[in-house]
Amino acid sequence: MVTIYIDHKPYTVNPGKNLLETCLTLGFDLPYFCWHPALGSVGACRQCAIKMFRDGDDKQGRLVMSCMEPVANNQRISIMDPMAVDFREGVIEWLMTNHPHDCAVCDEGGSCHLQDMTVMTGHAYRRFTFKKRTHVNQDLGPFINHEMNRCIQCYRCVRFYKDYAGGEDLDVFASKSNVYFGRSEPGILESEFSGNLSEVCPTGVFTDKTLKQHYTRKWDLTMAPTICQHCSLGCNIIAGERYGDLRMIANRYHGEINGYFICDRGRFGYEFVNSPNRILQPQHMGQPIDSDKAINEISELIKQSNVIGIGSPRASLESNYALKKLVGDSNFYKGVSKQEQALTELAVSILKEGTVRTPSMKETEKADAVFILGEDLTNTAPMLALAVRQSVKQQPMQEVNKLAVPEWNDAAAREIIQDKKGPLFVATVAETKLDTIASKTFRAAPQDIARLGFAVANLIDSSAPNLSNLSEEEKTLAELIAKSLLASERPVIISGTSCQSDSVLKAAANVASALQKRNKNTGIVLTLPECNSVGLSVMGGLALHDAFEKVKNSKADAVIILENDLYRHGSAKVVDAFLSKCKSVIVIDHSQHATTTKGQWLIPAGTFAEADGTLVNNEGRAQRFFQVYEKANVKESWRWLSSIGSAAGNAIMQPWKNFDSITAALSQEEKNFNGIEKVSLSADFRMHDGQRVPREPHRYSGRTSMLANVAVSEPKPPEDLDSGMSYTMEGTRALPPSSMIPFFWSPGWNSVQSVNKYQEEVGAALRGGDPGIRLFEASGKQSSYFTNVPEKFKPVENKLWGVPIHHIFGSEELSAKGAAVSNRVPLPYLLLSKEDAAKLKLTEGEAIEFEIDEQGFKLPVKLCATISTGVAGLPVGLPGLSFIELSSWGVIRSLK
Amino acid sequence: MERGWGEVMERPLTQHIRKDGRPLTLKEYEAVGGYQALRKMLKLTPKEVQTLVKDSNLRGRGGAGFSTGLKWSFVPLDTPKPKYLITNADEMEPGTFKDRILLESTPHQLIEGMIIAAYAIQANISYVYLRWAYKTAAQAILSAIDEAMAKGYLGNNILGSGYDLEMHLHTGVGRYMCGEETALLNSLEGKRATPRAKPPFPQVSGLYGRPTIVNNVETLCCLPHIVNKGAEWFQKLSLTGDAGTKLYGVSGKVKKPGAWELPMGVTLRELIEEHAGGMQDGFKFRGALPGGASTDFLVEEHLDVKMDYTSVAAAGSRLGTGTVVILDDKTCPVGFVENLEHFFAQESCGFCTPCREGLPWVEKILSAIDSGEGKINDLKLLEHHTKFLGPGNTFCAFAPGAMEPLQSALKYFRADFEKHIHEHRCPY
Repeated sequence: MVTIYIDHKPYTVNPGKNLLETCLTLGFDLPYFCWHPALGSVGACRQCAIKMFRDGDDKQGRLVMSCMEPVANNQRISIMDPMAVDFREGVIEWLMTNHPHDCAVCDEGGSCHLQDMTVMTGHAYRRFTFKKRTHVNQDLGPFINHEMNRCIQCYRCVRFYKDYAGGEDLDVFASKSNVYFGRSEPGILESEFSGNLSEVCPTGVFTDKTLKQHYTRKWDLTMAPTICQHCSLGCNIIAGERYGDLRMIANRYHGEINGYFICDRGRFGYEFVNSPNRILQPQHMGQPIDSDKAINEISELIKQSNVIGIGSPRASLESNYALKKLVGDSNFYKGVSKQEQALTELAVSILKEGTVRTPSMKETEKADAVFILGEDLTNTAPMLALAVRQSVKQQPMQEVNKLAVPEWNDAAAREIIQDKKGPLFVATVAETKLDTIASKTFRAAPQDIARLGFAVANLIDSSAPNLSNLSEEEKTLAELIAKSLLASERPVIISGTSCQSDSVLKAAANVASALQKRNKNTGIVLTLPECNSVGLSVMGGLALHDAFEKVKNSKADAVIILENDLYRHGSAKVVDAFLSKCKSVIVIDHSQHATTTKGQWLIPAGTFAEADGTLVNNEGRAQRFFQVYEKANVKESWRWLSSIGSAAGNAIMQPWKNFDSITAALSQEEKNFNGIEKVSLSADFRMHDGQRVPREPHRYSGRTSMLANVAVSEPKPPEDLDSGMSYTMEGTRALPPSSMIPFFWSPGWNSVQSVNKYQEEVGAALRGGDPGIRLFEASGKQSSYFTNVPEKFKPVENKLWGVPIHHIFGSEELSAKGAAVSNRVPLPYLLLSKEDAAKLKLTEGEAIEFEIDEQGFKLPVKLCATISTGVAGLPVGLPGLSFIELSSWGVIRSLK
Repeated sequence: MERGWGEVMERPLTQHIRKDGRPLTLKEYEAVGGYQALRKMLKLTPKEVQTLVKDSNLRGRGGAGFSTGLKWSFVPLDTPKPKYLITNADEMEPGTFKDRILLESTPHQLIEGMIIAAYAIQANISYVYLRWAYKTAAQAILSAIDEAMAKGYLGNNILGSGYDLEMHLHTGVGRYMCGEETALLNSLEGKRATPRAKPPFPQVSGLYGRPTIVNNVETLCCLPHIVNKGAEWFQKLSLTGDAGTKLYGVSGKVKKPGAWELPMGVTLRELIEEHAGGMQDGFKFRGALPGGASTDFLVEEHLDVKMDYTSVAAAGSRLGTGTVVILDDKTCPVGFVENLEHFFAQESCGFCTPCREGLPWVEKILSAIDSGEGKINDLKLLEHHTKFLGPGNTFCAFAPGAMEPLQSALKYFRADFEKHIHEHRCPY
C-alpha cells in the first residue's frame, strides 16, 4: 500500500492501479467516459482530468488524465483544482456541441452516463451556436437499436465488441468530427455479446431493442436480482417489470462469474415470459379451474393413485425437492434422457470427486493456457467463450509487464501485444468461433477428440493410460498441447456434455488430473446442459426411462411433470406411449409445449421472473434468484407442490410456509445441501433501520394511477413472504447485501456505471463478497485415471455417425420461445463433410431424409469444410428436430 | 531550387542536386562520393555510430528538434529481432516542402542515411513512409532502392559486413495525422491513423510492438555527411549552438519564394530579405509562421531572431520545419488563421475530445468572425480553446500545434479580430 494526497488529504491506496479507478474506489465522483473497468484506459475522452503536482512545493501543477496515470507513493493530486474542474466541464461542453437534446425521447434517459457526467461537471449553459453534425443510423438486427447522432465517440463500443469480444463486424469509420461507429453496411450484429453494447455505451447510441418494443424508463421498473436460466454458467442478472410484463434484462455484476457482461441469449432470451403461450390459469381437461379447487382435486387424485414425479434440470432446487418429497424419494425421476443423465452424473462426479478444482470464470480469464475438448463454447456456454477470449491475452501480457506498462493501459498494452496470443487448443466436431484465436484446432468425431485428450494426458503423466495407433498428425498435436500446458502457470481444461460423449469428459478429466500432479494451479471447467443440471444431479433421482418402464408395467398410473417438456428428453414414440398409458398427467410449467398438450391438469408455474428459487451452476455454486413481480394465479412450482402436499396430508410438507422453510428442510434432509439456507438472507432480513430492500427506485412513477382504469383506489402492494425485499419503492435506500441488489443506483450515478459504488474496489468483489455458495470442491476421492480409451472412429460405408451441433439461438428451449431470439434461430439442416457430400452426390441446400434413432428427418444439406468424413452434424433443438439419442448411426435417403 | 548562396558556404545536403531536378542515379551519386560513408560506417560498431551522431548534436528536422543520437540510444541493442527504422517522409505540414526536394533529387542520399541509422540501432527492416501526393519522389525512391539492392548496399550481408537491411516504400493516403510518428506506425500496420499512448515510446515498442526509430528525411540525409566529415565539422556548419545546415523555405508574398540550405541560425530577416528577395512591391511584412502551420507567429520585432531551435523557442515560437509562411498586410489575418484551422479541423483523427470537437468549433467561430457575424465573446471562446487545447490536455501534439498560430494571432493581430466584429465585415 502507498500513500497519495488528494486535495491535501492523505489516502492509503493500492499501487498498480490508475488514479481514476483509485479515486472511484475512494468514493470520489470523478467523471469519465472512455475508461471501463474491464476494458482499461485509452485516454481518448479527456474527461477524467485532474491536477498533478511535482511535490508539496509545486503550486502550479499540470493537468493529467487520471485514467492514464499510475498510482505512485507520495503522489499529490487535486480533483477540485479550479482548472481541472473547468477543463472537465469544458470536455462535456465539447461533447454537447453535437449531442442531440433528445433526452426526453431517448431510451437511455434516466439511466444515462452522459446525463450523469453532465450534471456532475456542472455544464449547463450552451455557448456553441452552430449546427450539429448528423449521421445515418443502421438497422443492426432484432437486439440492438442504433442512433449515431447521440455518439460522443468514447470508442468503448468497438473496444468491447472487437478487442474484448472478438467481433468483426462493428468498427469505427471516418475521422475528425465525423467519426462513425457501426457496421460497414446495415445488418444483424454477428457477435453473441452484442447486447452488452447497450451497457457499454455511455449514452443512447446502442440501446436494447427488445426493451424499445415495450419501453419503460429504468426508474419505472420493478426489479429484482435473478439468475440467468439459459445455460449452466449461472450469470447474475437483473430483471425489470412494469404493467405485468417483463421488460428487460440487465447485467448484474458478479466478480467471479459474469463480471460486467452477459451474452445475448441471457439478455434477450427473457421474452418467453411475456409469450402468449404462457399457462396463466390452472386447467383441467382444457378448462380453467379455480386454484384451490385444483389443489384439492389433485391432492385427492394423488392419494388415490400410484403417482410418480418427473423433475427438471431447468427447475429450481426447491421445486425439484418439493416434488421429490411429494411423491417420495423412490418415485422421483430426474427427467432427462438416459444419456444426459449419465453424462451429467459423470461430469458432476469429476467436479465433486476428482482431484482438480473448478476455477471461476474470472479465474478462467486469467488462465495462460486452455485446452477445450468437444465444446463449442460460444454456442453452449457463451460467457465461458468470452472468458477464454481474455485468457489468450495472458501470455503476451508478460511482454507488457516486461516493459513496465500497466495492464490497465489498454492503449499501450494492445500495441505491445499486437496479434500475439497465448496457447489455446480447440478440439471439436466442427468449426467454432474461437478457432480464429486458437493456436491449433482439431476436427474429429467425439471418439477421436477423446483419444487426443487421452494422448495428451499420457504425455504429461506416463502413468495415465496409453493408447496406440494415433496418426502422426495427432501425435504431433498431442505433444504440442502437452508441452504448452506444462509450460503454463495456470492451465485450464474445458469440456462438457454437449458433444454427448462420456469418453470426451473422461479424457478431459485425465488431462486435468495429469497436469494437476505437476501443477497445483490446474483447473477443469465442465459445462452442463441446463441451468440447474448440477443441482438436480446432486439431489439425485431415478432415470427417466425407469419412469417409462414403471408406467409401462402398470406400477404407476399418475405422473406429475415438473417444468419439463419430455419430448426434449425422449423420442416421440416413447413419450407418447408413456403419457397415454398414464391415467393422470399433471404438468406444472409456465409455458406450453408438446408435453403440456397431453396433460389433463395444467398448473401455472412461475417463470424465474415470478419465482424464488436456487440454481446450482457448473462450478457447483448455489445461487438464489428472487421473484421480480407477482402474477395472479401464477406461483412457484414448489409453492403449488407444497399446497398439494399439505392438502394431501404430507407431514414433511405441511410446515412449509415460505422459501425459508423449504430451504431449511432441504438443508436438514439432504446432506449434499447442508447449509443451502445460507445462500441468501432469510425473509426476516431487514436493513439497519428495520425496513426492507425496495425493488423499485425512489423515482418510480404512476403507482397510484397505473391501475386506475380497473379501480381508482390503489391496490394493496403484494407482500413478499420469501425475502426481505419489498415490491414497491418503500424501503431503505442504502447499499443492500450483495445477494439482494435489485438494481444499481447511487446518488448522481443513475446509469449502470454506479456499480463502482457497490464494489469493495473497482473491478473487484461486491461489497460484502460476491453472492452464492459453492456446494462442493473437488474432494480428490477419485484420484485414479479413467482407463477406457475409446476405439478410433471408423466411418461405416453408407452410414453417418450423428453428432450434435449447438446454436446459441435455437438449441436452448426457453429463449427460443421469445420473439427477438426466435428471429435469430437458424433453419434446421444436416451438416456433412464435403467429401461425404461428393460421395453421395449431394449439393449445398439439397433436401434429404436422414434416418437416425428410429426417426426420419427431412433436412437440407449444409456442407462443412472441417467436419470429419463419416460424421453428420445435427443441430440440437431447432424447430422440427425433436429429441434424438446421439451419438448413433444414421442413414441418408435422398429425396431426389 | 534556388541556389543563391555564396560558394564559400557548405551545402552538404543539396550541393549535388541537378539543375533539371532529375534524381541522381546511383552512378552519379557514387561519383560525388556517395556510399563512401556507408563503407566507413560499417567498420564502426553501432554504439560508435550512435556516439558520433550524438556528438554531432544533430537535432531532428521533423520539427521537434530532439537529439537524434539520444533518440537512438533508447533502442535496446541486445533485444531480439526484428527492429525497424522508418523514414517519416509524410511531409504534410502546410507551407512545408523541404523534404520533397531531397526525396525527388537525391534519393540515394536518403537511402545511405537510412542504412547508417538502421545499422546504428541494428534494425534489419526499414520503411520509407511517403506522402501520398509525392508521386515523383515515389518513383525516385523505388528506382534508387532497386539500384542499391543490385549493388549490394541493401539486402543481405551489405558489402560483406554481415549486416542485413531490407527497405520498402510505403505510401500513405494523404492524412496529415500520419506525420505524427505513432499514428504513422498505426497507419503502416494498416490500422487507423490515430496516435498511440506514450510511454512506451516507439524506441522500445513501435512498429508491430517492436523497437522502432522514426526519423525525418532531412535528419537522415545529414548522416552520410556526419560520418564522412565528423561531428566537429557538422557542428561548425552552424552559426549557433544547434549544429549543421538547415533547409529553410519561404512562401508568401515575397519576390523569390523557395527553399535553401543554409547554416543553422541565419536570421529571419536574412531569409526573407536576402534569400527570398524581400517582400513583393506593394506588400508589407506583418508576420510569419517560422516553421509551418503549427508554429506561433513571429512579427516585425522578431526579424532578427536566429532561426535555430533554441532562439526561435526563446522568441515564443518553434523552429518547426524551418519553412516560413509569411503574412502580408493585404491578407486578412483572421482569414489566414481560419484557413489554417479549417485544415486542422479536417485533419484531426477524431480520437480525443478536445481536438475532435474543439477544432471545428474554433473554425466555425473564425468563419463567423470573418464573415462579419462574430460577437465579442467569441474572442473569449477562442482564448478558452487556446488554453484548453494546450499540451498535455489532448492525446497528442496535433491540437496544441493547431492552437499556436491562433494564440499568437490573437496576441499580435487582436485589433483585426475586433475590427471584424465591430464592423460586421472583413475589412480586407
